[in-house]
Amino acid sequence: MRALTILKNAAFILALPLLLILLWWLGTLGGTNFYVPTPLQLIVTFFQTWFGERMVEDVLPSIGRLFAGIALTIAIGIAVGVVIGLFRPLRRVLEPLLEFFRAVPPPVLVPLLMLIIGVNDQMKVTVIVSGAVWPVLLNTVEGVRGTDQIMRDTARSYRMTRTQQLLHLVLPAASPQILTGVRQSLPIALILMVISEMFGSSTGLGLSILQFQRNFAIPEMWSGILVLGLIGFGLSIAFRIVERRILRWYHGLREVQREG
Amino acid sequence: MKAERKDAAPLLVVDHLKKVYPTPDGGVEAVRDLHFSVPAGQLACIVGPSGAGKTTLLKCIAGLLPITSGSVSLLGEGVTGPPQAMAVVFQENGRSLFPWMSVQANVELPLKSAGLSRDERRRRAEEALHAVGLDEVGGSYPWQLSGGMQQRVAIARAIAYQPKVLLMDEPFAAVDAQTRADLEDLIRTIWMQLGVTILFVTHDIDESVYLGERVIVLSNSPTVVQDDIAIDLPAERDQLTTRNAPRFAELRGRIYEQIQRAKHNRGTESIQVADAG
Amino acid sequence: MTTTPVRFSTTPRTGAVVLQGLAGIAGFLLLWELVTRTDLISSRFLPPASEVILRLVDYIRDLQFWRDTGETMASWAIGLAIAVVAATIAGFAIGSSRFLEHATRSTIEFLRPIPSVALIPLAVLLFGTKMQSSLLLIVYASFWQVLIQVIYGTLDVDPVAAETARSYRLTRLQRVRYVVWPTALPYLMTGIRLAAAVALILAITAELIIGTPGLGKQIALTQSGGDVTGMYALVLATGMIGVLINLIARFVEKRVLAWHASVRSEAAA
Repeated sequence: MRALTILKNAAFILALPLLLILLWWLGTLGGTNFYVPTPLQLIVTFFQTWFGERMVEDVLPSIGRLFAGIALTIAIGIAVGVVIGLFRPLRRVLEPLLEFFRAVPPPVLVPLLMLIIGVNDQMKVTVIVSGAVWPVLLNTVEGVRGTDQIMRDTARSYRMTRTQQLLHLVLPAASPQILTGVRQSLPIALILMVISEMFGSSTGLGLSILQFQRNFAIPEMWSGILVLGLIGFGLSIAFRIVERRILRWYHGLREVQREG
Repeated sequence: MKAERKDAAPLLVVDHLKKVYPTPDGGVEAVRDLHFSVPAGQLACIVGPSGAGKTTLLKCIAGLLPITSGSVSLLGEGVTGPPQAMAVVFQENGRSLFPWMSVQANVELPLKSAGLSRDERRRRAEEALHAVGLDEVGGSYPWQLSGGMQQRVAIARAIAYQPKVLLMDEPFAAVDAQTRADLEDLIRTIWMQLGVTILFVTHDIDESVYLGERVIVLSNSPTVVQDDIAIDLPAERDQLTTRNAPRFAELRGRIYEQIQRAKHNRGTESIQVADAG
Repeated sequence: MTTTPVRFSTTPRTGAVVLQGLAGIAGFLLLWELVTRTDLISSRFLPPASEVILRLVDYIRDLQFWRDTGETMASWAIGLAIAVVAATIAGFAIGSSRFLEHATRSTIEFLRPIPSVALIPLAVLLFGTKMQSSLLLIVYASFWQVLIQVIYGTLDVDPVAAETARSYRLTRLQRVRYVVWPTALPYLMTGIRLAAAVALILAITAELIIGTPGLGKQIALTQSGGDVTGMYALVLATGMIGVLINLIARFVEKRVLAWHASVRSEAAA
């Protein structure tokens, strides 16, 4: 019975992608379509193009900058968000400003920071952080602000120190919202990684796929899109695993509340 | 009849307590003038009509709310913040336990702030969970337990902290009648075993008579002490015989009368105090 | 946003709150002015706030600025509209059948995280610097935001309500109209609000990178021309458009969902 369930699930997961690939294969059967390579062509190109020198020179540095940017985004967003969330006067004064910064479309920061910092790794990481930090920051503010009054009273009545309250109450209580913020900022970070490389740069994934297009290396261009897609996919899977772990209590609690 | 006891030294003294919530147009007087003391080892109940400022009073005693005038002192020392020798059990059980921690971790957490070693924390938490009849659930999350069990955990957390005074704010308001009776007996047992002083706030007259050695009746808001009644029922109580005793009915009737008076006494209700600086 | 337990009303005096916010903005501008006037930061990198604001005023009086804004907003609006309509139809179709929902899940989960900027080369290849390039990116990015929310919404239908509808022999269309649609509407509104913000980001991106006409292209031009003040003024302008879009989206959401007990929090994806 279990084997049957697994088989059924596998069918559900694979059926549509396989069908789409089949259609794609049929559509490019003539082999003359300029814009779209055949599935086989794409796979061959994918391995030829990216597994070799390009991996070390373009892909890995791009991913490195992306991770550095995400790590800084999360650290800064949570740290600043907690401070603002805990002090109401500060929050009142800063809220409209923060809303404005959040609303600025992050890509416009690329030319701005290029001007200030120049074209280098720091600029690219800064672009990622300065565009992606707002969802984390603002969600942290919201989460910290919403800490339950009774729980706060409980912590105080048991004379928990400020550090203990932060670690055992404020941060865990805000964690569902913080992670919502992180989820929103991951795609922004990825977009900014690509754009920061497309807009005035000499290396990186973003530039590579733009160059393929300019040279009309169409299968290579598609394989680059595939690489970016895989990075995005990997990022969302990794996030989901981490989120499940951190918020196990939260999903369980919600489940109970929904039943009750 | 005021139940003043001169035999035991007062552990907790509430001295002409007044609490005014500041508002833009002057302030709302929640507690006008409360004056009573609780000797060490007593189980005192506070009852009052809904909206009598019971929670406000309790938060003031717990050092969670600043007092407008008067004072609260515990063991001779003025209460300005939450005192070491006090633990509070809140009404909303689901909201006072931290849902991201196991039951065991919840009970141990206050002990961490008290600076106890890991082994000592574990030992005390296990003892406390045993005392409330929850030996098996230390590893569960609080939200996996029923409302009554959650309140037992909150009680276990309080007694593991080993306070001199235990404040309880309508702790059983949200559980069903049967569970409530069990928890009432649990409180009596713990009180007799540990000799801790308990101040138990409730709106339930029967509960106050059944639990307490003394019942303090509050007036409507702004609050004063309406009456202070000694409960002279035997120390060994049980849900059936105690509640059926004629004396129980008498006491209950008397408190009921006082509450009704407090409720209908609307002349003093919610007085807006101008310029309550 | 996820559930927060009881929220106390934190705005007893909205006047004071607004004033504090304005103070924050004023303080920020003053600080900006000071660090540039005292040469703490070279005006080559950051011109004084007053100059940037004056330039913004110049722009506002300039017809070309409004033409660029119009281009940006046109691609934003058209792209968003296409995405919303397509995603709503697709979402209801997928969400109304457990089979379809299961069968499409893996494909959606794979396609959705592909950053739409990865499609820039494709857009250039197909459309060059025409508005269609912008639209391709905008539609791709916004489509998923709405689709996911709509699917969540249709899955959120109360089973009792669904069974009641079935027991009264409502047709499939009637079930969608009277049971599924009201349940999914809050989710749809959330999706549109998120998509509106994303669409603006992609509109500006396309203009900046590809060079389709609009504010983004103007920013790229000021950058390459070394007009730092103009660049800051335009960045400020895009931020204001962003704020405006957020405000309108929230207002519309509130209006549409006024009958709803709680404006729903966004579904966890």
